[in-house]
Amino acid sequence: MSKDNEILEEFTSKEYEHGWSVDYEADEAPIGLTEDTIRWISSKKEEPKWLLDWRLKAFRHWETMDEPTWPNVKYPKIDYQALRYYSAPKQKSKPSNIDEVDPELLKIYDRLGISLNEQKRLQGIAVDAVLDSVSVGTTFKDTLSKLGVVFCSFSEAVKEHPDLVKKYLGSVVPSTDNYFAALNSAVFSDGSFCYIPKGVRCPMELSTYFRINAANTGQFERTLIIAEDKSYVSYLEGCTAPQRDENQLHAAVVEIYAAENAEVKYSTVQNWFPGDKNGKGGIYNFVTKRGICAGNHSKISWTQVETGSAVTWKYPSCILKGDHSIGEFYSVAVTNNYQQADTGTKMIHIGKNTRSRIVSKGISAGKSQNSYRGQVQVMKRATDARNFSQCDSLLMGDRCGAHTFPYIDIHNSSAKVEHEATTSKIGEDQIFYCNQRGISSEDAVALIVNGYAKEVLNQLPMEFAVEAQKLLALTLEGSVG
Amino acid sequence: MLSIKNLHAAIEGTPILKGISLEIKPGEVHAIMGPNGSGKSTLASVLAGREEYEVTEGEVYFKGKDLLDLSPEDRAREGVFLAFQYPVEIPGVSSTNFLRTAVNQVREYRGQEPLDAVKFLSLMKEKMKLVEIDQKLLSRALNEGFSGGEKKKNEIFQMAVLEPTLSILDETDSGLDIDALKVVANGVNQLKTKENATIVVTHYQRLLDYIIPDYVHVLFDGRIVKSGSKDLALELEDKGYDWIKEEISGTTV
Repeated sequence: MSKDNEILEEFTSKEYEHGWSVDYEADEAPIGLTEDTIRWISSKKEEPKWLLDWRLKAFRHWETMDEPTWPNVKYPKIDYQALRYYSAPKQKSKPSNIDEVDPELLKIYDRLGISLNEQKRLQGIAVDAVLDSVSVGTTFKDTLSKLGVVFCSFSEAVKEHPDLVKKYLGSVVPSTDNYFAALNSAVFSDGSFCYIPKGVRCPMELSTYFRINAANTGQFERTLIIAEDKSYVSYLEGCTAPQRDENQLHAAVVEIYAAENAEVKYSTVQNWFPGDKNGKGGIYNFVTKRGICAGNHSKISWTQVETGSAVTWKYPSCILKGDHSIGEFYSVAVTNNYQQADTGTKMIHIGKNTRSRIVSKGISAGKSQNSYRGQVQVMKRATDARNFSQCDSLLMGDRCGAHTFPYIDIHNSSAKVEHEATTSKIGEDQIFYCNQRGISSEDAVALIVNGYAKEVLNQLPMEFAVEAQKLLALTLEGSVG
Repeated sequence: MLSIKNLHAAIEGTPILKGISLEIKPGEVHAIMGPNGSGKSTLASVLAGREEYEVTEGEVYFKGKDLLDLSPEDRAREGVFLAFQYPVEIPGVSSTNFLRTAVNQVREYRGQEPLDAVKFLSLMKEKMKLVEIDQKLLSRALNEGFSGGEKKKNEIFQMAVLEPTLSILDETDSGLDIDALKVVANGVNQLKTKENATIVVTHYQRLLDYIIPDYVHVLFDGRIVKSGSKDLALELEDKGYDWIKEEISGTTV
């Protein structure tokens, strides 16, 4: 037992790999949040009046709201007036394509292992890179536009495709939905926009890479994905931030709209700075992600690997409105040291014969707290709805916590809802068995953890899966000796 | 190859091994027998480096190195293999993936290049025949849902792949039917060379019909109380362990 803890403890002290920051000249909003801040952001982005009004409406509503206290996380009160809501690297002129982007900024992404140079990129993935509050560039735009696929920064979409933005913005996550979604709606600065026209199977993975660099600045990006009838897209999202002593706020919103027979696969590998070993610093990741299966036979699948952030509050959800629509949620959430995660999903069954599947794998180490919170709701009209949920928790050591909060709300007696849950510990026996075959304790833990999370990792696109496996091992490195 | 001198070990303060001395040379097979609770499995665990056991006295040298000074993984990399009495399940990790990790860490320790997937698979294929193990079993999660016989076969298969210098079989015969026992014993015999040695820890003589030992040692109350040839095992089978107990108490009285 004591040895067990010793082993686990030693394994918990790997430094965060992406903790560096870069100095560049930035265009910043004044600190604090008032209507003027919002007007400032909106004018900076040369937005149409309807969008400013939409932001202001969200802001006024936000002012009447209280920060939620129901998540199973603890953090000091955030002073929203002490934050900066916009910071953008100064670029000499607006780049019209990736080759014109300031090489200094591209270097940041190179250092993260994400080359924005199309020639150097592996074929098959288009990237939108968002640095602090703005998108610095999107790759493969031309290739995609031949198919009618729109993949660009949110700001650009507002200019180039205002009708689409106006129609879908806030249609899945209303600006008044919750405290952080309202805040995001008021101050969001950029993000990614993606439109897949009818009948198009997007030939490459679309990927957004978020990076917070500026100190004392929140990141509020917004992603909107629209998949028309019979279309398909696989979307990836990655993120990192420098290592800083103070906590930084990240409050994003992701909206997905899937029309009839459309399928959207959304994968995240979240690796925000989690704070240091003593729980100092780190990102507050308060994110609202929701998709609507609006059309019949549509499908939305969320896969997330959550390794970073000091505090995570995130419930990627599916509204299964179309008949025969399918919602899936696959999650691995790892917490170490003083990290706290309250994450899960909501599956709202509205249409007939709708199906949902939830696979959640929590891994807690150090002194961290890891909660699964999930809601399965079957509405009156949702005849023959089915849900299967599996929530597993893996504990490393005896000072961490794993919690499960499943909510089930059924209004149609034909529903079939299954819930399975397990809690296990990485045993000294398992580690010793690996040791006896010549495998070091660290590699043993990586092996055991990856085996445990396999069902979720298998859902990730190949290139991402390898990265996620390494990241899992890295996050837990030091928690076993 | 292995030299144990006056080995004492305790678990949570309770002494289990009380002065064991044993010399094992390359090419030899030693059987350790004894009644339940005599310390047989403890000896196996101490040699493999299980941390719950505290060595309180004595020394163990393996190929000239102080074995007790090495971590469990380094002992394995030096060529010590323990076939577990209760092999551990690791959900989601295939036997193939597990073994490849093991083989390559051992190779790295020995300054050898890692085996690529193709070479590793051909090594697997070659060894699979030896222990008559089904390929399907190896693509399943390690030991998860395996029958008792399958787990033991998998241990011997791992042994075949890792090619240890010293193999310790801890009650490998327990829970095996006679057919599985023959397969396992046959595997062990085929792996025998002039350079490697085997310690067979067992309660029953049965296994020794198939794995013929050069020496048999009887362990009782943490000491080796009798050593002899393979005939000693037959005598034990015949008379039971009480005979030894009486003999010991006879000498001490």
